[in-house]
Amino acid sequence: MARSNSRRRLIARTLLQAIPTMFGVVVLNFFLLKLTPGDAADMLAAQSGSATAETMAQWREIYGLDQPLWLQLWNYLGNLARFDLGLSPRYQVPVLDLILAALPNTLVLMGVAIAMAVVAGAVIGTVMALTAGSLIDRLLSVLVLVIYSVPGFWIGLMLIVFFSIHLGWLPAGGTGRTGAGLTGFAFLLDRLWHLVLPAGALALFYVAIYARLTRASVLEVRSQDYVRTAEAKGLAPVVVAGRHILRNALLPLTTMAGVHFSALFGGGVVIETVFSWPGLGRLAYDSVMGRDFNVLLGVFLFSSLLVIVINLAVDLLQSWLDPRIEA
Amino acid sequence: MSAPEDRDLPLPPLTPALPPARPGPLGLFLRNGNALVGLLILSAIALAALLAPVLFDYGPFDMVAMPLQWPGQDPAHPLGTDGLGRDLLTGLVYGARVSLLVGIAATALCLALGVVIGAVAGYMGGRIDEALSRLIEFFQTIPNFLFTVVLVAIIGPSLSTIAFAIGVVSWPAIARLVRSECRAIRARDFVMAARAVGASDLRILFTEVLPNALPAVIVTASVMVATAILTESALSFMGLGDPNLISWGTMIGTGRDYLRTDWFLTAVPGGAIVLTVLALNLIGDGLNDALSPRSRTR
Repeated sequence: MARSNSRRRLIARTLLQAIPTMFGVVVLNFFLLKLTPGDAADMLAAQSGSATAETMAQWREIYGLDQPLWLQLWNYLGNLARFDLGLSPRYQVPVLDLILAALPNTLVLMGVAIAMAVVAGAVIGTVMALTAGSLIDRLLSVLVLVIYSVPGFWIGLMLIVFFSIHLGWLPAGGTGRTGAGLTGFAFLLDRLWHLVLPAGALALFYVAIYARLTRASVLEVRSQDYVRTAEAKGLAPVVVAGRHILRNALLPLTTMAGVHFSALFGGGVVIETVFSWPGLGRLAYDSVMGRDFNVLLGVFLFSSLLVIVINLAVDLLQSWLDPRIEA
Repeated sequence: MSAPEDRDLPLPPLTPALPPARPGPLGLFLRNGNALVGLLILSAIALAALLAPVLFDYGPFDMVAMPLQWPGQDPAHPLGTDGLGRDLLTGLVYGARVSLLVGIAATALCLALGVVIGAVAGYMGGRIDEALSRLIEFFQTIPNFLFTVVLVAIIGPSLSTIAFAIGVVSWPAIARLVRSECRAIRARDFVMAARAVGASDLRILFTEVLPNALPAVIVTASVMVATAILTESALSFMGLGDPNLISWGTMIGTGRDYLRTDWFLTAVPGGAIVLTVLALNLIGDGLNDALSPRSRTR
């Protein structure tokens, strides 16, 4: 009873604190973006190649770009309160539609990347801890440091060279074969096939972090009394490692995975560019370049909200995994 | 009922009866093989970057030879030439200048902001701490790289704006670190003693608290230089680099167009990034081993 209450309180508090944060994100970015030289009307004019001063004034009127700044902000916030993120001058579509179309791609990419990083990192880290001090441990720690030093977008390009161009095994970009009319299992497989390289490139950096974290926490857990007890009562080393050590040692990993979400989103911008992955990062970058600020504000808002929600989820997950942690 | 002070007063490690003859931090650092290798690599890169105009008669943008020569094909251009016949090695060495400069400048700004904000928050506590902590949290909610992209796009890409944007975005990590160090240190006896003899807050902060927080900050700073170099390369790869200077990220971006046939154009500058960042991380690890008290008791 007390536990479910404290959990509810945590959720309420987080969501309450999220409101000023979101407000800050909107206001800060709004003014930053308005400081930028050039607006959507300039970009539309550049695109069409010929635009008179009258048409540009007309565009500015349509999108409210001619109003004083405070009024623009007021209108934006007012629309936001009704979950209306405005219209994209560039695509002539509601911003929410653009974001919702790109969001699943980004979530899938990030989810698979984090999963790959956690699994690979946990395996490497456990091997390192169980062989601590040996040659294997030292070789792996050099490998981890190298992995940690590699720019994700570059390793992505190199993976394309090797697996797509040289061997021809994996696709170099896109989310799936278009127009192949795949359905059901074949469709899913095709999707996964296209995910391997971008998710791998995005995951690599985090593999290094998780490997080190796992190594440290396995070493720590290993010296605990209950592990000695388990070993003393004659359990097989594999059972002790799996059931007694790993289960407890992996807890710090869940925290970090939550913390890394916002960084992962940033790294995703570059990876999405390399692999022509139509996600939020790519959408955001295109909107910076196209001065499509409504879209950009929307992306900022969504990604900040995602960070808050995921951190909350991690907190809840932790209090569920380890009842000693007060929610 | 628990003692109110048990939070900020961890049990100090047992001091051995006879102090062991052990080297100081510098000795520990120099004894660390990995760290020494890192220092050697970084010094070589820094030296080459400094001497760039002496080493080459031509600039990184000069077309000096046949385009698209592979490494080793022409002894005059050991790393080959790009699609416009520009020497790749010259580009690498001049690119090192940009990378190192951005790395150092961004970290300096980041340290200045992070140390001040973190120290004020951690040392003052109360409402000020509350407000500054919210600010830190706020900056950690915004996706860093995206925010850097927006800042650079707004102010216009140049060496100083890129360093500025990276510094402005990454200070919360330092601030959080300094804050927690200050919180831990401010309740210690020597700070109490300083206060008892009437030292001012500012004086205590600068002479007692900050020097004790320094080791952790130094370690983080070395990794931060590495991160800034990675961020700069990603920015210039996306076309947001300083247009008047050659950068490793720009070279990778250009090389991408030739990926199918001449992948060395992408591989070589990427290798330079990996080497530099690896060297910095090796140094960071060495510093951590030499400076952190936890490893000292091991």
